[in-house]
Amino acid sequence: MKLPTNVLNIDLARRQYRVEDRADLFQYYIGGTGVAINLLRENCPKGADPLGPDNPIIFAVGPLVGLYPLASKTVAMFKSPLTGNLGESHAGGRSAVSIRLAGYGAIMIRGASESPLYLSIKDTGVEFKDASGIWGIVSSVTTGRVVRELETGAGTRTIMRIGGAGENLVRYAMVTTETYRHFGRLGLGAVFGSKKLKAIAICGEMGLEVESRKEYRKAYDDIYHRAVESPLMRKYHDIGTSANIMPLNLLKGLPTRNLTSVSSPDAINISGEHLAEEYLGRRVSCAHCPVACIHIAGLREPYENEPYFYKTTMIAYDYELLYSLGSMLGVFDEKGLLRLIDSVELWGLDAMSTGVVLAWATEAMEKGLITEAETLGLNLKWGDSDTYSKAVEQIVKQRNEFYANIARGVEYASKIYGGEDFALAFGGNEMPGYHTGPVTHVGFLTGARHSHLDAAGYSIDQAALKDKLPDPKEAAARLLKEEVWRQILSSLVVCFFARNIYDRDTILKTLETAGHKVAPERFDRLGLEILREKNQFKLEHGFNPNALRIPKRILEIDSPHGKVQESYLKEAVEEFYRLLASE
Amino acid sequence: MARLVVMDADRCVGCQLCMFACNRRFGEGGLEKAALKVKSTGGFERGFVVVVCRACPDPPCLKVCPVDALDYRKGGGVILNVNKCIGCGRCVDACPVNAVFWDKNANKPDICVHCGYCVSYCPYDVLAMKEVEPFEVAN
Ligand code: SF4
Ligand code: SF4
Repeated sequence: MKLPTNVLNIDLARRQYRVEDRADLFQYYIGGTGVAINLLRENCPKGADPLGPDNPIIFAVGPLVGLYPLASKTVAMFKSPLTGNLGESHAGGRSAVSIRLAGYGAIMIRGASESPLYLSIKDTGVEFKDASGIWGIVSSVTTGRVVRELETGAGTRTIMRIGGAGENLVRYAMVTTETYRHFGRLGLGAVFGSKKLKAIAICGEMGLEVESRKEYRKAYDDIYHRAVESPLMRKYHDIGTSANIMPLNLLKGLPTRNLTSVSSPDAINISGEHLAEEYLGRRVSCAHCPVACIHIAGLREPYENEPYFYKTTMIAYDYELLYSLGSMLGVFDEKGLLRLIDSVELWGLDAMSTGVVLAWATEAMEKGLITEAETLGLNLKWGDSDTYSKAVEQIVKQRNEFYANIARGVEYASKIYGGEDFALAFGGNEMPGYHTGPVTHVGFLTGARHSHLDAAGYSIDQAALKDKLPDPKEAAARLLKEEVWRQILSSLVVCFFARNIYDRDTILKTLETAGHKVAPERFDRLGLEILREKNQFKLEHGFNPNALRIPKRILEIDSPHGKVQESYLKEAVEEFYRLLASE
Repeated sequence: MARLVVMDADRCVGCQLCMFACNRRFGEGGLEKAALKVKSTGGFERGFVVVVCRACPDPPCLKVCPVDALDYRKGGGVILNVNKCIGCGRCVDACPVNAVFWDKNANKPDICVHCGYCVSYCPYDVLAMKEVEPFEVAN
């Protein structure tokens, strides 16, 4: 068997599983996102409750995983409890390699368990293991430690798990894998929680045949050398994604204090350069990736009241966290920020959504829409990271109505308390860290996941600073083209950071060595087809592109391209969906 | 003759490219035939260990093999004679550093032959080929 075509189908309610060969899907859609959207459409009925047993969880990998460097990602698909629509989230760590080398192209989890359990998956099958003793361990890190001891396969396994946020169904709870990688966005952690699924350990180390050994090694060496020699990879290795803080601050495109501002003189404190110099303790990598973009700070702090007694906490940071829990909350003291990042990580929340929710709450408090009666005595103030850490705990525990409401996201909360104008969510998903101009916002609105990674509109904005801004129609066309292309990358599944290495010819060649020959004409249509399938799913589940809410705040604050015009956004959105339907 | 040494495991990022390289010696993908393993020392936050044959001067694996399928390699390490090997797995149990792995498919051990193929794929200079005196302490 050369291609991953096996779908491991797990029923949590009956505690049964079976393996199905879905060569039909994998032949046509390659793998990853292309296969996952089809499995989702087959298995998630219209009107399914995202937190009910009908919502399937799908993990899919592709034919390049286990063969080539940087083919290191797993696509998770589900119906999102945050947006009530398409949920898709990608993560690396060892997840992709372990799934494929355990013999699976995709894993689908259906139903819900009555009592807490975790899954142990190997090439020999699935074990359903009792997790009543682990349920209630609120830290995702501790959960990982416990499962690590219970399971074999150190070195070639992935351990996905949830913390307290997932158990308590916070709609933007995440699933953590290998401590520092996350299926972060859109609430997969809550879907785990709703199924009483605390963790999944997957171990795999089988061999993979290739079409031609010689060609395989040749193609491998070509990709390897391009990866280790590329300047982009160097950037991700040296400073990491947090290298973006200073340029965005300089451009005045770094959302600050709930986007009441776009830069801060204190941004240097939370910059990748500063963190690397003062705190960087280790870099780690996803399995089969030479880049090692994951940057981990060592924060050494004394215990209070005990002389010469210190603890060192290892905390991973990335641009997205420095934005959402840093600049967005006015937290520019890096130690406080690292502690806040650590608490969000332990509880198992999506950092971006958490930061944006807290930013909205802070402004709502300033404006008197909410008071300490709602926040249970917490006075949320820009920059006060300790109070924010306490609020994070409250969001997870949901001891009153207010916290239960903000645990459902900023869109939901602002409908109840007001302040929708400054509730920064697009399609129900909290905003990523770019106020670079109109195109990034069009991308947030039109992206299938309402994420900055759907089509990277920020890079169109940034490139246009040297040139001129594309008109709305052209912006729509370029965003669509990029999002279409990314469907291919995420069907293989390669890391988006390697997008310059995996060009069209490289992909066709590597697929061929993997035993998956695709006709170039069909290959060129596939991305659009996949994106249309996603859009179809969204429409079936109630998405209305004409009803997309544009938060007023993004129109009020100057971007590097000046004020963002609502007419520009509307015209581009309309054009995007016209093109998507017609092309 | 040179052999594989782990120069500085603290530089290791856990990418496992060395493992994939070792497996690729046979022209295949995956990890079935990898003769070394990189694992975390108890969570990614604590860094990694590279588990690989340390070329014991008096190799326990060789001593327990009932059919003499393992022989001394010049410069350190052992060489497996696959045709003699009966797949009993005693070498796996005998290795004090757990560096004898198992190819389930072939039912034979994966033991490092100190060829150095992995070295050229470690982007962070964790691994090297070096001449090592028998009693010199290597990591
Ligand atoms: S030296 Fe050769 S046999 Fe030993 S681990 Fe490296 S690639 Fe494998
Ligand atoms: S290739 Fe080098 S950095 Fe990567 S896991 Fe192996 S020893 Fe570590």
